[in-house]
Amino acid sequence: MTTETLDPPRDAPLIREDFGERPWQRTLRLLAERRLAVIGLGIVLFFLAVAILAPLISPYDPLATSWAAVRKPPSLLHPFGTDEIGRDVLARVIWGTRASLLAGLVSVSLALAAGVPIGLVSGYCGGVVDGTLMRMVDAMLAIPFLILAIALAAFLGPSLANAMIAIGVSQTPIFVRLTRGQVLAVKHEEYVEAARAVGNPHHRIVLRHILPNIIPPLLVQTTLAAATAIIAEASLSFLGLGQQPPDPSWGSMLNTAKNFISQAPWMALWPGLAIFLLVLSLNLFGDGLRDALDPRRG
Amino acid sequence: MAAFLLRRLALLVPTLFFVSVLIFGLQQLLPGDPALVMAGDNADPTVIAFLRQKYHLDQPLPVRYGLWIEGVAHGDFGESMRLKEPVRDLILEKLPVTAELAGLAILIAIAIGVPAGILAAVKHDSAIDYGATMVALWGISTPNFWLGILLILLFSVTLGWLPASGFVPPTESLKQNLLTLIMPAFVLGNAIAAVMMRHTRSAMLQVMSADYVRTARAKGLGQVSVIIRHALRNALIPVVTLGALECGALLSGAVLTEQVFTIPGFGKLIVDAVFNRDYAVVQGVVLCTAFAYIALNLFADIAYALIDPRLRA
Repeated sequence: MTTETLDPPRDAPLIREDFGERPWQRTLRLLAERRLAVIGLGIVLFFLAVAILAPLISPYDPLATSWAAVRKPPSLLHPFGTDEIGRDVLARVIWGTRASLLAGLVSVSLALAAGVPIGLVSGYCGGVVDGTLMRMVDAMLAIPFLILAIALAAFLGPSLANAMIAIGVSQTPIFVRLTRGQVLAVKHEEYVEAARAVGNPHHRIVLRHILPNIIPPLLVQTTLAAATAIIAEASLSFLGLGQQPPDPSWGSMLNTAKNFISQAPWMALWPGLAIFLLVLSLNLFGDGLRDALDPRRG
Repeated sequence: MAAFLLRRLALLVPTLFFVSVLIFGLQQLLPGDPALVMAGDNADPTVIAFLRQKYHLDQPLPVRYGLWIEGVAHGDFGESMRLKEPVRDLILEKLPVTAELAGLAILIAIAIGVPAGILAAVKHDSAIDYGATMVALWGISTPNFWLGILLILLFSVTLGWLPASGFVPPTESLKQNLLTLIMPAFVLGNAIAAVMMRHTRSAMLQVMSADYVRTARAKGLGQVSVIIRHALRNALIPVVTLGALECGALLSGAVLTEQVFTIPGFGKLIVDAVFNRDYAVVQGVVLCTAFAYIALNLFADIAYALIDPRLRA
């Protein structure tokens, strides 16, 4: 789609500048103007790099125990200290980044893959299909998020993979609701009516004309849902329903740390701080993205 | 109003049906034969046969659902495998503990969230506004189990002011009861206070620029009177409704908080049940939570419609 069909007046350079700007360029410009969102994105990218480079940057094997270094406070040798069986806390925090980011990525992808198509069908078809699907979504939303994830993880069995499935399933109704709402908002727009009038089949109208126009709110929700998923994975691992020991995960590290709070407080400090920083950064980025994608804000 | 109420109640029927199907369906997720899983490793074949018969596992799925839902309708949620007690009794025993914790958490959330939201809106775009917004973001991003551990470290281990864990019923000692609950209630209320602050702030900002507030100001009313009598009363309506939606977060948070502070409530019941493969208890707790959540939202909708006639249409 071209936006340069009209020539703006010569004496209005600012208008000319805005006129030539594509929507994604405008979003990037507005996003770059929001300092907190940029900091948030920077921290998320930092954690992503840590997760990818874990084998290279981890000072120790996260599973290697040492009876000579049990519950040692932070030192030059172990900057974050050691845990109850002498494992390096820094190495475990670094490797734990993988579990958290993976949980955020996989569970939100699952929720998107299931939620968006259901939402599209529900919003586009309307009638009985919409009514039935919405009552099913209401039923899922009636069970508090973490309780549903705990119940699913309990019946599926405790593991990181099952925790991710449980979180993904629990987040699906949010995406169904959001997608359906967006479809209802645009399905009677002129460009959709025009696509229908020229004889496009339904699947083409939905996929080519409706879906691309409802992506911005989905993008914002994806960022915020990733933050929720990371806290949920940490919560399930804290309860013993996520990543299983001895594999490192921030939530399970906190579960162990809880028992040594008076003897080794550093065991609780670092994994909690990592969850907090990552979630805060995703929230900052998500908030900034929402503002940047909002056409009412300039 | 009657038509609104009828329509709202009619919508509940399919929702309740799907909730029950979902919770009943959880059992189908168990890998393999549920009787084998429930009986545990190396179980006697007679035990397995007994379980299969007791839980009607030899019956077709719709029949099993019918029998299960019939029991639920009569208040029979099954029996705990581990404690050999009816699930209903277990839930009724733990419910007051979680209700007290949740009630205190809501009080703390309102006490922090609403004034902070008002202040942020009144001092819009000031250092106070930015500060309150950042504190709210901190509250939303902090995992409550981590905050719980940090508070135990500060107030129990370092200062020795508050007990680190446990629960004393209010009938035994109200003072001890409050001392054991104040930290968990703060942890649980913290995140909800942050959400409430955001809601109050945005509702207040919207209301503060409304014509009737401008009129109140033009009449010469003082700032406090305008904020409390005119703006806040209207701004609080959506805050109350959104507050009801936060009850889900409250119930989820209670599971973790009770685990950190070893409080024998609803949350601890479900976690212990999960690890003991006490599936009837898991199903019972999830069902009760869902019913409580649906009922709370129904009351909030009705309250909202009573206050705001536009919603009854």
